[in-house]
Amino acid sequence: MTSPRTLLLRTLGLVLGLAVLVVVINVFAQGSFLTPGNLTNVLRQITYNAILAVGQTFVIITAGIDLSVGSLIELTGVVMATFANAMPFGGVGLIVATLLVGLAVGCSAGLINALPVVKLNLPPFITTLAMMLMARGLAFKLAHGRPIPINSNAFDGIGTGFLFEGLLKPLGLPGIPIAVLWMAVIVVVFAIVLTRTRFGRYVFAIGGNEEAARLAGINVGLVKTMVYVISGGCAAVAGLLYMARFSSGSPNTGIGSELQSIAAVVVGGTSLMGGRGGIVGTFFGALLIGLLNNVMNLLNIESYTQEIALGAVILIAVIVDELRKRYLTL
Amino acid sequence: MTPPFLRMHGIVKTFPGVRALDGVSLEVASGEVHALVGENGAGKSTLMKILAGATRADEGRIELDGNAVSIDGPRAAEALGIGMIYQEFNLVPDLGVVENIVLGHEPRRGLWLDRREASRRAAAVLHDLGIALPLELPARRLSVAQQQMVEIAKALARKARLLVMDEPTAALTEREIDALFGLIAKLKAQGVALIYISHRLEELPRISDRVTVIRDGRTIETRPTAQMPQADLVRLMVGRSLAAQFPELPAVPADAPSALRVRGLTSERVRRGLDLEVRAGEIVGLAGLVGAGRTEIVRAIAGADAPTAGSIEVAGKPVVVRGPHSAIEAGIALITEDRKAQGLVLGMSVRENTTLAHLDAYARAGFVDRRAEAAIAAREIEELRIRTPGSEQSVRNLSGGNQQKVVLAKWLIGAAKVYLFDEPTRGIDVGAKAEIYALMLELLARGAGIVMVSSELPEVLGMSHRVFVVREGAIRAEFTRAEATPDAVIAVATGAGAGAAA
Repeated sequence: MTSPRTLLLRTLGLVLGLAVLVVVINVFAQGSFLTPGNLTNVLRQITYNAILAVGQTFVIITAGIDLSVGSLIELTGVVMATFANAMPFGGVGLIVATLLVGLAVGCSAGLINALPVVKLNLPPFITTLAMMLMARGLAFKLAHGRPIPINSNAFDGIGTGFLFEGLLKPLGLPGIPIAVLWMAVIVVVFAIVLTRTRFGRYVFAIGGNEEAARLAGINVGLVKTMVYVISGGCAAVAGLLYMARFSSGSPNTGIGSELQSIAAVVVGGTSLMGGRGGIVGTFFGALLIGLLNNVMNLLNIESYTQEIALGAVILIAVIVDELRKRYLTL
Repeated sequence: MTPPFLRMHGIVKTFPGVRALDGVSLEVASGEVHALVGENGAGKSTLMKILAGATRADEGRIELDGNAVSIDGPRAAEALGIGMIYQEFNLVPDLGVVENIVLGHEPRRGLWLDRREASRRAAAVLHDLGIALPLELPARRLSVAQQQMVEIAKALARKARLLVMDEPTAALTEREIDALFGLIAKLKAQGVALIYISHRLEELPRISDRVTVIRDGRTIETRPTAQMPQADLVRLMVGRSLAAQFPELPAVPADAPSALRVRGLTSERVRRGLDLEVRAGEIVGLAGLVGAGRTEIVRAIAGADAPTAGSIEVAGKPVVVRGPHSAIEAGIALITEDRKAQGLVLGMSVRENTTLAHLDAYARAGFVDRRAEAAIAAREIEELRIRTPGSEQSVRNLSGGNQQKVVLAKWLIGAAKVYLFDEPTRGIDVGAKAEIYALMLELLARGAGIVMVSSELPEVLGMSHRVFVVREGAIRAEFTRAEATPDAVIAVATGAGAGAAA
């Protein structure tokens, strides 16, 4: 685990980089970038990826990987939409019940991801790749290939609503999107879990040296299972927000999301080799990627070019991180 | 005698805190088998690494055929005709015999591999050696002895004129050893110079022409093997007086209770049921050759390899050890041999490593109490005199001795009743060694029992109340402190005196 000082440095570096980028970009985008409305929009756009990336961070710190999260957005979305439509009630009760169903599906999928990894020592790349295919196939089957529209309006608030509208209006802000609050809670809670709890310490220990962790009496199998369950659960929450936003559970919304989440984690300074990283970095990684997408849209850069730029940014980010690690902190 | 083919003179090599080689000299003639013996840590492997180009000497001269040479890498060593046969083979398991023999020097025709030429070359080398091997089989399907032959053939295909063999008979059966010795005789006849490293002293008269003893990084003596009785060899290897460097061991009180009692314990890697008893305030040393099965014994007791049968009692109470966790709960602590691979999370701080095995005691409702952690880490840093800028320092940046102290701190804070030390002082400097010995005495004073595995004979003899000698996975002899002489222990460990010990 990195010392708080290096973590602070790394985070500061990211923030500083972002700030410079923001100012330069705003000039190019003729002021349309640095508006409260646009920035709020960026935050709302990154919620899904940031939440997926939170779960992914846990998995990657144990030196694992979860390729199934994109499909799990779809599977949980389809299941939750079907469930919500079948329920006779609405309101907060429906939201809670639907979320619990989604969590049950997502966490079970995480459990299935973990068991072959823990019991048979199979590579997580393979087990989660298999889950990616199965979950997507199942989502398509359950939805008969089409999005399932939601009948209830209970989810509208989560999808499009704002909080503190009156309070923030004088500042020129449209309010805080409710989905962004969900993201904020998840980021903060799991950042605390990772850095302050015994479980979080074990996650780092296993990623840093699994054998030493085992010999220290840590239940390595249980901790590893937990990280995949957390990742599946995060995918379910992202699935709920997605469903709420588009008022439907759709079987093809998550394609590529797993790679976006890995990108956010890695850009945020977490090592794919395990043992090093953090949730705060991951959040800024997701934010950086989100800002980039937004800016390129504002600048009317065509989507193919956007992909090239995004790939280049990821590569540069990890190279800079590696160099900084080598020459600054040793 | 013919002028030597290899001449190493005044070789010095210093690692941080340790002078591994302190002016070693060695001469080997063509067609000679030259045995190199010494205790673990005497400097044999460092010397051979220098020869192989894996590391560079700080001082000294190396001559081949009378010409000074500089070996600045493995490729240079190979080009000079130096071949190494390590204990761990360097074969590619899924490639065939032929591919392995020509590896890195594949004959080509234009852009393409010339398989026919490769087969021809491999067959020629094997024919010269008079060995028959299934050429198409992947290396992993060969027996250990066959793999060794492939290694030898590989070296000769690269025109090796000097071959270093490190413990070549360690994993071979009697018949395979006979075959190997036949092969070595052929190599001799072809004028190859051989350096033969072995702990099995009894086989040296059969195979070697001369023997050189090194100790503490210095050449002690070179003699024709015929004029070197085994007793002399042992005396030269052990050399120094044992008493001085070790603290006085307090006697175990006559009424000391049992700290650890093991009956019929087996694991996947301990096949023969193990019986062992250690009393409170007692150190039991496990002596034996590398690979004799000592590590496997302590790993089974500590649940690192899950026990498959047998019973364990700690301080008179039966305990069930299913894995490391239950062993720790029962009061058994294993201080592993390889601290980097098994003892520490290198990227974590001193504080985090210190509490890793006992985090329950430093957490409330699942939340880690960092202040309490920092306090215990600071206390251990002071008590064990761990040289570190602070408890937040990453253990990666500490020296070997200080890393080992962090491993000890990790287990000391748990107040176990039985401490299993596996090579507690390997690779650390003399000062840190003395501190670790003092610490073991302190554990004894607290009423703990200790089992210590060590490959350094003086350490086992100097720091144990009783010495058990392990060979081929089982305890073969038990000595009291008074009976445990180097000769007696080495005789049992090498199997030279098997009849007497059994």
